[in-house]
Amino acid sequence: MIRIDSVTKRYPDGTVAVDNLSLDIPDRAITVFVGPSGCGKTTTLRMINRMIEPSSGTITIDGKDITKQPVNTLRRSMGYVIQNAGLFQHRTIVDNIATVPRLLGWDKARARARARELMERVGLDASLAKRYPYQLSGGQQQRVGVARALAADPPVLLMDEPFSAVDPVVRKGLQDELLRLQDELGKTIVFVTHDIDEAVKIGTMVAVMRTGGHLAQFAPPAELLSAPADGFVEDFLGADRGIRRLSFFSSAGLDLLTAPVVAVDATAEQIAARASKDVPYLLVTDVDGLPLGWAEPDRLTAGAVDTSRLLPYGRPFVHGEESLRAALDGAVLSPTGWAVAVDAGGRVTGVVSQQAVGEAIRTAHAEGRSDEKVAG
Amino acid sequence: MNVLHLVNAFFSDGAHWHGYDGIPTRLREHIQYTLIALAIAAAIGLPIGLLTGHTGRGGNALALVATAGRALPSFGLLVLMFTLLGLGLTPVMIPLVVLAVPPILVTTYEAVRSVDPSPVDAARGMGMSESRVLFQVELPVALPLILSGLRSAAIQIVSTATIAAYVSLGGLGRYIVDGLYQLNYEKVVGGATLVAVLALLTLGFFGLVARLTVSPGVRRGN
Amino acid sequence: MSGGLFDIPSDLQNSYWGLVGLHLREALVPVAVGLVVALPIAQLCVRLRWLYPPVLWVTTVLYAIPSLAFFVVLIDYTGQTETTVMIPLGVYSLVVFVPAIVDGVRSVPQETLDAATAMGLGPVRRYFQVQLPIAAPAIIAGLRIATVSSISLVSVGMLIGNQGALGNLLHDGQIYNQSRLIWLSVIGTAVLAVVADALLVLVRILVTPWMPRGGRAPRPVDEPEPLTAALEDATR
Repeated sequence: MIRIDSVTKRYPDGTVAVDNLSLDIPDRAITVFVGPSGCGKTTTLRMINRMIEPSSGTITIDGKDITKQPVNTLRRSMGYVIQNAGLFQHRTIVDNIATVPRLLGWDKARARARARELMERVGLDASLAKRYPYQLSGGQQQRVGVARALAADPPVLLMDEPFSAVDPVVRKGLQDELLRLQDELGKTIVFVTHDIDEAVKIGTMVAVMRTGGHLAQFAPPAELLSAPADGFVEDFLGADRGIRRLSFFSSAGLDLLTAPVVAVDATAEQIAARASKDVPYLLVTDVDGLPLGWAEPDRLTAGAVDTSRLLPYGRPFVHGEESLRAALDGAVLSPTGWAVAVDAGGRVTGVVSQQAVGEAIRTAHAEGRSDEKVAG
Repeated sequence: MNVLHLVNAFFSDGAHWHGYDGIPTRLREHIQYTLIALAIAAAIGLPIGLLTGHTGRGGNALALVATAGRALPSFGLLVLMFTLLGLGLTPVMIPLVVLAVPPILVTTYEAVRSVDPSPVDAARGMGMSESRVLFQVELPVALPLILSGLRSAAIQIVSTATIAAYVSLGGLGRYIVDGLYQLNYEKVVGGATLVAVLALLTLGFFGLVARLTVSPGVRRGN
Repeated sequence: MSGGLFDIPSDLQNSYWGLVGLHLREALVPVAVGLVVALPIAQLCVRLRWLYPPVLWVTTVLYAIPSLAFFVVLIDYTGQTETTVMIPLGVYSLVVFVPAIVDGVRSVPQETLDAATAMGLGPVRRYFQVQLPIAAPAIIAGLRIATVSSISLVSVGMLIGNQGALGNLLHDGQIYNQSRLIWLSVIGTAVLAVVADALLVLVRILVTPWMPRGGRAPRPVDEPEPLTAALEDATR
């Protein structure tokens, strides 16, 4: 555990970057520092590997004061990832990744073997090994940055706004990749960002900081969304935090209806049997069970449905795997007001109405079961 | 009188190709002066430039030193050193070194200082010592610019080392100074041509050094 | 021959201050001419990109020719006169100015040019009102180097029939065995160069009030400054 104890950073000109900060960063979890610029989040991160020395207070790792060991030994025991990746443009990708192992005295062959292993792990093609940084895209460079930080298998990973310089699509991919990696590796990750969505998405714990280096709230993301400590945190979370909080409720509890689903080659009797007063529409699937679209039962012709006249089915959600937010989104996007649930293979497992999703949201809130993290 | 004709006459005269006043001898002397002066200037300019560039401090003092170095007239300094120190290599080396230090110093400082700070930050964060940061991260990236500083210093020395002949030393300046006193323009033009060729060879040499020492990952950017 | 510091041998037609004036004229006229000639050449190089590398090639060869050789060859055409000293100095200045102006004008951001065009500035007004002012710091940086090296090089003119202004004192110092005169020449030339340089810094501050006083513009960290190197290349 990294313990930050009454740490203050005051610059000679009087500015206080971090003001009497105390918090415990849990092991094998992602702790995110988030806040507006000038809130001291980066300063805090940089004090952990002593790129900045605190004016007062102590930082300990597993009870050991970080100032009690040589600074470069400390830094070599922590991975460090920064905004623009900070790759060495004069070194090939494989040699960039091998930097810390080489600093630790590994021989070249072993360090390079390790680097190639990490390239695979972070999803970089082996053919990139001999390239130079300028030949890579921003997203690939950032992956190299992460691989380089992981090279010596440090228990702690410090990440300073690592994904803020790439476009939103690439950023989402990198975030998913980080979560996947973390599942495999279980590092103690300290992550700084100014993007609250990113913080909520990847953080196990989120520390919201405000200008002047004060800690506004330190809590798991779901708690942050459900019970912001004060007006500042509430503002910072934004207007749609209620919707975003739904990300933390699983869709597993939703009762799916399977009746209003027919295959494209259904007979007249099947169509008639599926139609009911409760459900004004039927969802048509192809022969493999993949969704095609909605239709009113009396417009369906047996045996040969005209798929071009079907209503769009919106975005289906993966039942049990994705959250209530995804289910609600699917229901809102669908012109019929019904969300389509699918399994991991994309095959329809049922449909659910906006009303049913709303009911599930009320139940979930009442039970307050929001501690588990749900994808999507 | 045509300059090209003079050049042709100078180089086709067999007498110019051997003996103590032959082209090989004078060329060797000239290269020798150049190398010594460049080595001394680099020994002064490189460490100071690297250190100030790395720390980012002392830029103003550096600019002052560079201006002062440029302001001192090479020829005047040569005559002054000659009257103070008498005959020898030292009075020639002093003006040449004074001439060569500013470009080496200024470009080295500028080259190191302008290295992208984010890899430097990453290097420190990974636990590199300051000397490693300088030599393994900053220097390779700054190298093209540093080499260009050394190159212009070298070319200036090649061109200016001709004044050594004024104080009775050798080198290619011999042809120019002797030619002047003997009113032998063929010699002057021949000497000047040799100096220009040597300067171009210097240019090529540094191009080759850059090709061999600068990482392909850096070369693209410059 | 005894007397004050500034007494000089009677075979020189000038007083000490006369020599200073002569020195400045021999050094600065070529710089001014070099600047005027360099402007259109540089503009041509900016317009026609393919022209720049061969122009740089030619200037490199020119600046590799030792000044003394240049002087001596010119004697045949212009005699042992001030002109003979000034022509090479003008050529050297040209060599400094062309890359300085080209880099300066090229450093004007495309958005700025687009904005100027969008506001209805024609090419000529755009050049004089936008490109040239923004390139001014680079041009003045070139001006400083050209001026300082020109002042330094005038001294060599002593070798071709006492056309070296303050440099002539070097000759007199030697033949009259007066090291005082040699000191006077070296220090005098250096002081002239430093003062001229300082004045140009002042000019830069006056004509570019938008630049920070410290001497360099803030620039993006990931963009190295090629200008310094380009100028160093052109120094003699």
